[in-house]
Amino acid sequence: MNYFPDEVLEHVFDFVASHRDRNAVSLVCRLWHRVERLSRQRVFVGNCYALSPEILIARFPGLKSLTLKGKPHFADFNLVPHDWGGYVQPWIEALSNSRIGLEELRLKRMVVSDESLELLSRSLANFKSLVLVSCEGFTTVGLAAIAANCRFLRELDLQENEIDDHSGHWLSCFPDSCTSLISLNFACLKGEINLAALERLVARSPNLRSLRLNRAVPLETLQNILMRAPQLVDLGTGSYIHDPDSETYNKLKHTILKCKSIRNLSGFLEVAPRCLPAIYPICLNLTSLNLSYAAGIHGSELVKLIRRCAKLQRLWILDCIGDKGLEVVASTCKELQELRVFPSDVLGVGHAAVTENGLVAISAGCPKLHSLLYFCQQMTNAALIVVAKNCPNFIRFRLCILEPTKPDPVTMQPLDDGFGAIVQSCKHLRRLSLSGLLTDRVFLYIGMYAEQLEMLSVAFAGDSDKGMLYVLNGCKKLRKLEIRDCPYGDKALLTDVGKYETMRSLWMSSCEVTLGGCKTLAKEMPRLNVEIINEHDQMEIGSEEQRVEKMYLYRTLVGPRKDAPEFVWTL
Amino acid sequence: MSPDLPKSDVSSGLNFKETELTLGLPGEIGRGTSSLIQIPGSSSAKLTGTKRGFSQAAMDLNLGRSFSVEHDDSACEQSESENEDLSVAKPPSAKAQILGWPPVRAFRKNVITKSCHLVKVAMDGAPYLRKVDLEMYNSYQQLLSALEEMLISCSTIPTHPTRNYLDEKKLMDPASGVEYVPIYEDKDGDLMLVGDVPWKMFVESCKRLRLIKISEAIGPDPRTPQQSASCTS
Repeated sequence: MNYFPDEVLEHVFDFVASHRDRNAVSLVCRLWHRVERLSRQRVFVGNCYALSPEILIARFPGLKSLTLKGKPHFADFNLVPHDWGGYVQPWIEALSNSRIGLEELRLKRMVVSDESLELLSRSLANFKSLVLVSCEGFTTVGLAAIAANCRFLRELDLQENEIDDHSGHWLSCFPDSCTSLISLNFACLKGEINLAALERLVARSPNLRSLRLNRAVPLETLQNILMRAPQLVDLGTGSYIHDPDSETYNKLKHTILKCKSIRNLSGFLEVAPRCLPAIYPICLNLTSLNLSYAAGIHGSELVKLIRRCAKLQRLWILDCIGDKGLEVVASTCKELQELRVFPSDVLGVGHAAVTENGLVAISAGCPKLHSLLYFCQQMTNAALIVVAKNCPNFIRFRLCILEPTKPDPVTMQPLDDGFGAIVQSCKHLRRLSLSGLLTDRVFLYIGMYAEQLEMLSVAFAGDSDKGMLYVLNGCKKLRKLEIRDCPYGDKALLTDVGKYETMRSLWMSSCEVTLGGCKTLAKEMPRLNVEIINEHDQMEIGSEEQRVEKMYLYRTLVGPRKDAPEFVWTL
Repeated sequence: MSPDLPKSDVSSGLNFKETELTLGLPGEIGRGTSSLIQIPGSSSAKLTGTKRGFSQAAMDLNLGRSFSVEHDDSACEQSESENEDLSVAKPPSAKAQILGWPPVRAFRKNVITKSCHLVKVAMDGAPYLRKVDLEMYNSYQQLLSALEEMLISCSTIPTHPTRNYLDEKKLMDPASGVEYVPIYEDKDGDLMLVGDVPWKMFVESCKRLRLIKISEAIGPDPRTPQQSASCTS
């Protein structure tokens, strides 16, 4: 290969798109490493503390698109204290001081300040795309800076962020010369919006394909917008409430007939079910439907809607659809690939409206299903065994029985065999979340069969250290392991310390690991950061026997982080 | 008079310590103790010889159900002062909330719980209260229609509601000729007449609704104007 000029290699590498493949390419030899890194445009950093901005910039001078993830996954469920970290500011500072012409930034679970957004908008002249998922720390002031300064902005996508809403005027900050928008999603904003500015923005954005509105946008405005943007492919409605006998609603019905390109539909945070018939004409073309925030659509209206969506590939709904509703999904949506059923009662061990029956029906009717997130009242081994047989193609299987440690209600047995069937049958399984009553046996099965497993989430499960050891030994491709409220202690933690350098991270909370055990691990593995979260000031230095409430460890090139707050100790 | 608990719990055959409701993060309860738990009348599996702290906590939580009245609509409860629901004084909710469970993103939790705004409706003379979800309505008119239907269903003679005055925000039960004025209790605890503030403002500040009787007309003349209700404020 040495007699190919670099340009040829580079051209070949252009066809190598995925991050993993490019990473593999860079390991072949020094020449390939150099060519690869100089031509790389997209980089994915799964843990922002695994390296430093300087390392990134030095290695990939041609960087155009950066994805960064900050807090551990369990931060989504309030298990990680505020101020833990995950700040994007140092990255933006380093990028703005460099020659890198970054065009796209995608952040997940990071802390983003208005200053960061302002700096980004002023220093990156070619910036085109900002995607923020589950981030916090910024306000509409930061959004105004992005709108005002990013002259070539194509995408502003805000998903489920906690944003302080100061005013709706940020939308007016898009200059009249800004006509390049392709995607705008501000559904998670809670406050009012300048409706006139929104309509004008849409009117001058001929390339707009994706628009997701927030609750403050009424149906009249939606009507006006759709008139100007019938080319939309992805629509998230705002407030979908009106009098079905009104002229506005009538106009909407006619306007929607022109919107033949809509394939993704979402929103409906507020909804008058009697206005749903207006969207029936587009249902047949939908490939993705997200009604998981549409608490106002129940029972028969929900079913009526779904019956029209024969081409759905992705469906997100609330469990008020019930087992019967899921049977309708199973008989209607033969192309279904991804299903998420969220609980309507989120405040505790509630009464979910779906059981194992709904899942069995889905598995029987939707052979292409590969991704599942299912919150349910109960599950049986028999059902899981049937599901495993019907759907051997699962890549992601996340089951959450609302009541922790609930056994199979028919046999009163743990769910080991059911999950065992899943991992045995689904040979491509990459992500698994367990729930219900589980013993060490399920982990034996996982270690034996889940060869492609990359991420495992465990809560209230297992009997002894053996459980965790089965997984660490057996799952060769494991990258992320997160455990809460399980009886795993120092023996499980310390038996195979080398394993953690092959993984991105390990989270253990409310388990049996002790301060002494964590210290030992930190000492033996200097290239790991072993962080203890010590919220209630219970730990004293020297009490090695004391249980650690929360531990988060990850591999890193740059040692202990300097921005850790007081309650986080890096051992 | 509080009941005397037996001095020796164990001798009575029931280990009250075991069955005591405790609240705390799972894993902290019964740590290190062997947990052979026999629970009369419980449908949960017996666990033997495990050191799983949470199993004990789970048993504790299950037990709680047999002692307390189930919260309904607990997800939508606005205030915790509803102690009249509980027959036994106990720490909040047999379905005690476990930190970070169920594993639903905090953002989603906030949105879903906000979209349900149940408030109690008390009707003068009715033996029991009702509940309405204010998020289901978009205007005073819709809410009052719903309340009027509730009035009808609470009265002894079922009849069709006839709304005579849309503006005066009064309700009448045609069967008895009794008129009601809707009032509500706001965040500050003040009793307010329904209809004065914009709808959305009303939804945000309304804590409970009350329908107050203002007349018991014998021969109902719907056109008789009633300016003020004899209601306390």
